[in-house]
Amino acid sequence: MATAGANKRIAKELNEITREPPSGMKVRLVDESNVHKWEIIMDGPASSPYEGGHFKLLLTLPIEYPFKPPILSFQTKIYHPNVSNDDKGSMCLGMLRSDEWKPPNKILAVLNMARNLLVEPNAEDAIETSIAEQYRGDRKAFEKTAKEWTKKYANAK
Amino acid sequence: MFSGYTQLSIRILTSLPLPCSPSVPLVATVNLPTPPPYTRQPTETGLTPCLYCQPSRQNRCLAHPATTTCNQQRERLPVLVILRRDLGLPPVSTTLPRRSSRKRKPSSDHSASTGVNPPPRKKVDVSGAQRLKKAALPATPTTLGSTAMDSDDEFSGHSSMEGFEEDAFDSDMSDELVSDMEVDADAGFDSQDKIIKPGRKAYEVDYRVYSPAEIRAYQNDQINDVSRILEQPPEATAILLRHARWSKERLIESYMDNQEQVLEESGLGEDSAGPPRFQQIKGFVCEICCEDEEGMDTFAMKCGHRFCANCYKQYLAQKVKDEGEAAHIKCPGDGCNRIVDSKSVDLLVSTDLKDRYQTLLIRTYVDDKENLKWCPAPNCEYAIDCGVKPRELATVVPTVRCKCSHDWCFGCTLNDHQPAPCRLVRKWLKKCEDDSETANWISAHTKECPKCQSTIEKNGGCNHMTCRKCRHEFCWMCMGHWQEHGNSWYNCNRYEEKSGSEARDAQAKSRQSLERYLHYYNRYANHEQSARLDKDIYLKTEKKMTQLQSSSGMSWIEVQFLEGASQALQQCRQTLKWTYAFAYYLARNNQTEIFEDNQKDLEMAVENLSEMFEKPADQLKDLKGDMMDKTSYCNKRRIILLEVTAERLKQGESHRSDFGTSEANSRAGAWEFNTDLSA
Ligand SMILES: [Zn+2]
Ligand SMILES: [Zn+2]
Ligand SMILES: [Zn+2]
Ligand SMILES: [Zn+2]
Ligand SMILES: [Zn+2]
Ligand SMILES: [Zn+2]
Ligand SMILES: [Zn+2]
Repeated sequence: MATAGANKRIAKELNEITREPPSGMKVRLVDESNVHKWEIIMDGPASSPYEGGHFKLLLTLPIEYPFKPPILSFQTKIYHPNVSNDDKGSMCLGMLRSDEWKPPNKILAVLNMARNLLVEPNAEDAIETSIAEQYRGDRKAFEKTAKEWTKKYANAK
Repeated sequence: MFSGYTQLSIRILTSLPLPCSPSVPLVATVNLPTPPPYTRQPTETGLTPCLYCQPSRQNRCLAHPATTTCNQQRERLPVLVILRRDLGLPPVSTTLPRRSSRKRKPSSDHSASTGVNPPPRKKVDVSGAQRLKKAALPATPTTLGSTAMDSDDEFSGHSSMEGFEEDAFDSDMSDELVSDMEVDADAGFDSQDKIIKPGRKAYEVDYRVYSPAEIRAYQNDQINDVSRILEQPPEATAILLRHARWSKERLIESYMDNQEQVLEESGLGEDSAGPPRFQQIKGFVCEICCEDEEGMDTFAMKCGHRFCANCYKQYLAQKVKDEGEAAHIKCPGDGCNRIVDSKSVDLLVSTDLKDRYQTLLIRTYVDDKENLKWCPAPNCEYAIDCGVKPRELATVVPTVRCKCSHDWCFGCTLNDHQPAPCRLVRKWLKKCEDDSETANWISAHTKECPKCQSTIEKNGGCNHMTCRKCRHEFCWMCMGHWQEHGNSWYNCNRYEEKSGSEARDAQAKSRQSLERYLHYYNRYANHEQSARLDKDIYLKTEKKMTQLQSSSGMSWIEVQFLEGASQALQQCRQTLKWTYAFAYYLARNNQTEIFEDNQKDLEMAVENLSEMFEKPADQLKDLKGDMMDKTSYCNKRRIILLEVTAERLKQGESHRSDFGTSEANSRAGAWEFNTDLSA
C-alpha cells in the first residue's frame, strides 16, 4: 500500500519539477532506475555571496517518504551557517525536520526553502554556530569567506 | 560518572603518600599476570566481639541471640530492644525456637515483572492528616518509609521463618502489632529512646509507588471528572487537560473565561461532537499519496484536512511507533496544529499500537506532573508519587524505594545518596569527574604491605588485610595497624588536619587540599568498590550454600541470612560512601565530630560483617547467629546515622533563604558547610 502510493506521489512530483523546474535549478535523478535519489544543481542567487556559483545538492527520499521528510545535502562545499561544514554538507531545519514535516509538504517547497536560505541564512537555527556568530557580528568577513569558498569550490568565475 | 576503576593509570607515588600513612609507596597496576601472593586471612577466632560491650564469648549482650546477658550494657537494654523493633526485627529470643505464625508476603511480590500489581504492603500507619495532604491518587495503601524498612522487612521475614519468636519482652503484643512502629512506640519505650522516634523518621519522606495501570486509572478518573464539568467528550477533555499540564483548576477557570480561546490553543478548534468515522467522497484525491480511486475510505477531523484512510493510518502509526509521540500528534494537514484525539487514534491504529499509544500517553502524564517520576531503573515501569518540591532539596533527601527494589533519590533520580543532599552530590560528582585523573591511582586495586612491601591485591570487601608472608595485619584504607582499628583509637575515617606552619606554604597548601580531597575520595571509592566485592562474594557463597544444603541439612530458607547480610552490606556501604562526600564539604566543628563518630561506628560494624562474610562456606553455618546480629546492628547504626544527619539538615529550613554556610545555621544546629552549595 505505502510503497505503491509513495511511488505514485514521487513520480508526480518528479514529473512536475522536471516539466517546470524552479528558477535557477536543474533537477534530475542520479540513477534513472531509482526515484529516491535526486541530484540538483542550484545556482547561487544573485546579490548573495554565492552568486556565480553552481552548487550540487543531493536529495534523498527515505523509504517512509512522504511520511518522513527528504534528506538534503550539499555536495559542493559551501560557507553557510545552516549547512554542516563536513563531508556530509547536511541541511536540517524547518520542514526538513521530522517534527515539522507534514506528509502533504512537497519537494518543490524544500528546494525553494534551500534557495531562500542562500539568500538569507537563518542564524537563529544554525548548525555551524561560529559561522552564524560571524554572520551576525561581522557580516563583511562572513561574505568575504563565503565568496572565496564559492570561487574555490563552486566554480564561480 | 567517572570511569575510575577500569582505566587505572600506572604511577609510583613517592611524593604524595596517603593521608594517614606517612610514607607508603603505592603501586597501581592494571592486571597482575599471576595471582597475587597475598590474600586476606580470616581472623583466628572467627568471631568478632560485640561492638557495644566487647564481651567474652560466655557473656554476650542482647544483640546476640545465642546468649542471654550483657553486664556492661544492662542499662541500655530497653533502647536496644526498641531499636530492634524499629528495624522490624523480632526481639532476641531467649527461649527455644518454635515455628512462627507470622505471615509474610512471598518475595516474588517484590518483582515488577509479575503482570499483576499487588498494592504495596502497608508498612507504617500514617495519620489521617498526613494521608489527606497527599494528592488524591487512587485508593492504594500508602507505602511509607524507605530503604531501611524494606530490607528490614526481609530480615524479619527470614528471621521469623527461622523460628525466632517474641520473648517475654513483648509477649503482650500480637504479631500484627510488632510490624507497626507506632504501636511499638506506644508500648512505653519511647521516653527512653531519644534517637529513634516512632512513625516517620527524619530521613524518610512520604511517597507512593504506582503501576502503569494505577496511573492510567487515576488519569482516566481525572479526565471523566473534568469532562462532566466542561461538558466536553472525554477525548477532548484529555487533550485540554494535557494542554493545561493537568492543572484541573487552571483549565476549568480559563475554560469558563474564554472557551473558544482555550479550545483553539489546545488544538481542538471548534467544539468536537459526534464520533469520528470514515467517509467516501466523490472525486477525492489524496494529497499525500495522490490516489484518486473511487469509493476509497477517507478521514478528517473537525479541521477538515482530509486524507485517504491508508495515509492517515500510516501517518499515525509512524508517529506512535517510530517517533514515540502520543499526546501531541498534530493533524497531518500542512500547517494545522490540531491535536489528533484518542478516539480518532482508536479508529485509525492497529491494536498493538493502541497499547503503545496508551503507554505513551501515561508517560507524558507522568512527565507533566511534578509530583510523579518514573523509576529510573532499566525496564522498570513503576512511577513514584512524592510531594517533595525542588526548593526543599536543600533540607531533605527524598529517598524512595520502588517496587522493583531500586533505591533512588526523587530529587535528582540518581541512586540512593543519603545522607548527602542533591546539590552536594552534584557538586561532589562534578569534582570527582574533574579530578578523576588524579583520583584514578588511589582507587587502584593493589597496594604494598606496609611492612614487607610485597604486592597485595584486594579481593574482598573487607578492609582487614593480613599479609600472608609477614603476617602483618593492616587496614587497607589507611595502611595503619589493624589492631588500632579494633578499639577506641580507630581513626581511619577522620582526616587529621595538618598543622598551621605547613599551611603557610602555598605549595603545601595546595598539596594539603588535594590530600584532603583524596582522603575522602579514597574512602568514598573504597566503599563503592567494596560493595561490589561483597556482592561478588555473596554470589559465590550462595552457590556454595546451595551445594552445602544437602550435606549440612540446612534448608534454602535457612541460608537466607546471607542474603540479609549481603543487602545490609550493600546498603550500608552505599550510605557510608556518601557520608564521605558529605564530610568533605562539612565545616569543621563539634557537629562534625558527632557525624564522624556515627560514621565510624557504622564503618566498624560494616567491616566486621564484611569480614565474617568472607569466611569459607563451611564456617558460615556456625557464624549464622553472629552474622544475623551484626546484620541487624549494621542496619541500626545506619538508621541512627541517617536520622541524626537528616534531623540536622532539616534545621537549615527555617534559618536560611538558601543553601550554604551561615553562622545562623550553626547556631540553629543545622549543618555548616565549607562551601556554597547553592552554586
Ligand atoms: Zn553487648
Ligand atoms: Zn493517501
Ligand atoms: Zn487539520
Ligand atoms: Zn523501579
Ligand atoms: Zn538527589
Ligand atoms: Zn607483609
Ligand atoms: Zn584505616
